[in-house]
Amino acid sequence: MALTPQDVNRIAHLARLELSAAEQAQMLDQLNGFFGIVEQMRAVDTRGVEPLSTPLSALHPVQLRLRDDLVTEGNDRPANQKSAPAVEGGLFLVPRVIE
Amino acid sequence: MTAVLKLGVAGLSRALAAREISSVELTQGLLAGIDAHSDLGAFLCTDADHALAEARAADAAIAAGSAGPLTGVPIAHKDIFVTDHARSGLPSTAGSKMLAGYASPFDATVVARLGAGEAGPAGRGPGAGMVTLGKLNCDEFAMGSSNENSAFGPVLNPWDRQRVPGGSSGGSAAAVAARLVPAATGTDTGGSIRQPASFTGITGIKPTYGVCSRYGMIAFASSLDQAGPMARSAEDCAMLLSAMSGFDARDATSAERPPQDYAALMRKARAGASAAKPLQGLRVGLPKEFFPAALAADVNGAVRAALAELEKLGATLVDVSLPRTELSIPVYYIIAPAEASSNLGRFDGVKFGHRAAQYADLMEMYKKSRAEGFGPEVKRRIMIGTYVLSHGYYDAYYLQAQKLRRMIADDFQACFSAGAQGCDLIAGPVAPTVAWKLGEQGDDPLQAYLADIFTLPASLAGLPGMSVPAGLGAHGMPVGLQLIGNYFDEGTLLHTAHALQQATDFHLRTPQGY
Amino acid sequence: MPTHSPLVRGFEVVIGLETHAQLSTASKIFSGASTSFGAAPNTQACAVDLALPGTLPVMNRGAVERAIRLGLAVGAKVAPVSIFARKNYFYPDLPKGYQISQYETPVVQGGRIEFVLDGAARSVRLTRAHLEEDAGKSLHEDYANQTGIDLNRAGTPLLEIVSEPDIRSGAEAVEYAKALHALVVWLGICDGNMQEGSFRCDANVSVRRPGAALGTRREIKNLNSFRNMQAAIEFEVQWQIDRLEDGLPIEQATVLFNPDSGETRAMRSKEDAHDYRYFPDPDLPPLVIAADWIEGVRVSMPELPAAMAARFVRDDGLSTDDAALMTQSLAFARYYEALRSACGNAKLAANWLMGEVSKRLNAEGRDITAATLRPATLAQLIVRVLDGTLSNNSARQVFEVLWIDALAEVDAVIAAKGLKQMNDSGALEAIVDAVLAANAKSVEEFRAGKDKAFNALVGQVMKASQGKANPAQAGELLRRRLG
Repeated sequence: MALTPQDVNRIAHLARLELSAAEQAQMLDQLNGFFGIVEQMRAVDTRGVEPLSTPLSALHPVQLRLRDDLVTEGNDRPANQKSAPAVEGGLFLVPRVIE
Repeated sequence: MTAVLKLGVAGLSRALAAREISSVELTQGLLAGIDAHSDLGAFLCTDADHALAEARAADAAIAAGSAGPLTGVPIAHKDIFVTDHARSGLPSTAGSKMLAGYASPFDATVVARLGAGEAGPAGRGPGAGMVTLGKLNCDEFAMGSSNENSAFGPVLNPWDRQRVPGGSSGGSAAAVAARLVPAATGTDTGGSIRQPASFTGITGIKPTYGVCSRYGMIAFASSLDQAGPMARSAEDCAMLLSAMSGFDARDATSAERPPQDYAALMRKARAGASAAKPLQGLRVGLPKEFFPAALAADVNGAVRAALAELEKLGATLVDVSLPRTELSIPVYYIIAPAEASSNLGRFDGVKFGHRAAQYADLMEMYKKSRAEGFGPEVKRRIMIGTYVLSHGYYDAYYLQAQKLRRMIADDFQACFSAGAQGCDLIAGPVAPTVAWKLGEQGDDPLQAYLADIFTLPASLAGLPGMSVPAGLGAHGMPVGLQLIGNYFDEGTLLHTAHALQQATDFHLRTPQGY
Repeated sequence: MPTHSPLVRGFEVVIGLETHAQLSTASKIFSGASTSFGAAPNTQACAVDLALPGTLPVMNRGAVERAIRLGLAVGAKVAPVSIFARKNYFYPDLPKGYQISQYETPVVQGGRIEFVLDGAARSVRLTRAHLEEDAGKSLHEDYANQTGIDLNRAGTPLLEIVSEPDIRSGAEAVEYAKALHALVVWLGICDGNMQEGSFRCDANVSVRRPGAALGTRREIKNLNSFRNMQAAIEFEVQWQIDRLEDGLPIEQATVLFNPDSGETRAMRSKEDAHDYRYFPDPDLPPLVIAADWIEGVRVSMPELPAAMAARFVRDDGLSTDDAALMTQSLAFARYYEALRSACGNAKLAANWLMGEVSKRLNAEGRDITAATLRPATLAQLIVRVLDGTLSNNSARQVFEVLWIDALAEVDAVIAAKGLKQMNDSGALEAIVDAVLAANAKSVEEFRAGKDKAFNALVGQVMKASQGKANPAQAGELLRRRLG
């Protein structure tokens, strides 16, 4: 099942990546090369197998650890915004968003 | 003096305690060596002032008798760990233009525990007191196995500067192999500690998933990323792992276990062992899938020789099978990019990181900033990950991969838990070949993916894995023996590697000119 | 299931509501930053909320506990295991590039909300309620061609409560939302402040010919007042019917309601084809809720409004309507119970709360928690009516004083105002005789069988006594005299 140039455009848009025509062409070849080795995986019968999303659950049941509802963080705005591209009055600035 | 500079962690610990050298002298000496060998590309940045301040504090602690075994011993961190810029003067870049010059407001848990310690309600308090010399080069966002994907240039392998040091922890491996630092941190998602350790003839361990906190590790694939030490010997790794590991309330996937003394576990004698046969009764499984016909002869020879040494030390070699070894390649390269495509969503040019200079609107700002900030391999993996999670493909790719991941983990348990027939360890090569030449793989990413075949299974299962020097292969390049243990059984890995290193000198081999 | 389906221009209206209730935790759902409202921009957005590289989420137990409360209150299944998933999309107020939410396996499954619509009991089924994090705020005003992003709200815990499409009119949607709002406030899991966005509703609206398949729905976003909800839905319904009658199709869309124009319009920024690429969040293992935790929450919960209302009908003899009013909020119900116990007359207690007290609260736009008049004091006033010391008119005058002066003492006010009812029959007889003498005409009319004339005479007696006469007693005397 090969990807089409339209697939590459759609995915690049979803991922917010601008790709030049040359990059798109190369990406198409490389992705199709990769999905070639994926086919063997799709063929395996995995019926009844529980997906493993957190590795240690292969060892024992893993459950989410919960934090007490306490405020532990203060105002670190200056340090937190040190590497911000555009800030004014403490707000991060972006091109106008139309709703 | 220069001889002392070449010592490993354990050696320096003794030398500092014996006052043969001060941490300040050590720090100055090593920083000079780092400058002299900057052409290796191993270091992305150093900060002499902050390092020397830490060294002075360490010398004071040593003088006051309040020093721990690692106090004053220098280390450098893979630049995938964030370092508090105000404290250390070091930026945190993940080897990416996206984060060039990024000033983190906090230290990664691993960095804090090895260094000054953790403050705050969740913090563990005082650290090991190691001196941070700087940050080490790596593949961009830890995606790669040759370190050629760094936005800040490749790292050269000190054994042959025409060759790659492996990746993604290539800077860490090259720096330790070239004796620029006694130790470094690395991270391993699909082999990024073990493979570069193998390519550069050093010792590295990726612990069980959850042993080291991921807090402050710039995420690549959250369900696979694990931090670990890279050093000259199993003993050095054990000392470092004791300090950097342990439960962290800031990481919901951190394993809740009491602190471990891995040096003690490493020395713990096996039941029925003797001085001559320290590995008596140890059953080492050799998966037939790890020794395919295609395995390079030199690698096969070196690995078999190291396994023969284990036998001499009392270990029993048994044949086992990990039938889904080859499938681990597509499984890993679905799961890791899927998680990465989501983890890298935060790099949008809004709160931190690169923002394009020119853009017409928000959409263009996103697309240009990310296109300019990310390199080709990162873009490829974002594309793969976005595709396999996208509407209509999730079940066929991601869900199927997660199910196979379970089957791969179960295959390991079948080897470990077969009663008396079960094995304590699984062994094989780390990589199918020795380090290849820079640029050799051209722009065919698939070749690099396929070369990860022996490190991916343990990563998918979340098991601890280690690379131990096993002598030299073709072109005089190092070969690594991979040891894989059961969950939380780092002790057996370290004990076995230590026994091998007590009996052999593979790990003492040093590249010419370093 | 819907029992009534009022048709609009021959179409059946089908509505499902998605409500975001901001949970009343002190800290955020995945970080230790404060959730308090109105701080300076980004001063309550910590490293985790900003998604700074290397940060990880850690779940807040308080948010889970509140979800369990709602689940128990609506008779839903509290899932023993639920999963946090990532909803991936790019938006400037979404710091991580994904929202942590629950997708396939939510924490609360099923349940129903019951309420009264036009005097009839209604029940709307819930599909689910799931935990998720709020996004930040985009401020479009201050900066030319730029938008300012404040991430203080990012990571605030939300419970998204999703109803089945059981609602059949804008009015019913409002009653459902009011009942849900009252419930989350009653449970103490949400402050219910709609101005601050603590309780926001999205309405999925479609129309169809009776019996036909469901029509295409449009989602009206961020309805932050009950009035706007009704207006928006009603406009949307007319708009959709107009389209269909003109033979035009309805495309699925997300629309915004403009309270000024009273119209809905499709949003531009969300046109981007949605493909959220949900997958289980690898940073967060499964949320496991043990049975003993659920039981612990159950015993700590307040009596639910329906049960309390039933108890007021059964034990206090209140009418269903009165009981419903007494349980309009937990605070109101607690006030009623204190008042009823102190004065010993449930009906009068309810009447005073529905009458004078509610009148004043409505006039002042406040709720019962703001009242300075203590139940014990109001009870004392009611006692004085019961023992005949005060007429209802006089009691109202005393109430006016008590309402504004928290320190005023009932008997002191009665004395000061000289409102004590005249119970000495001698003086009253004198007044009665005088009134009869002065109103011969009314007397004749009464004897001719006009009852109204009798009331006029009673009025005269009350007037002559400056309201201090006990009307019952006066009436009795008059009858005796008129034989």
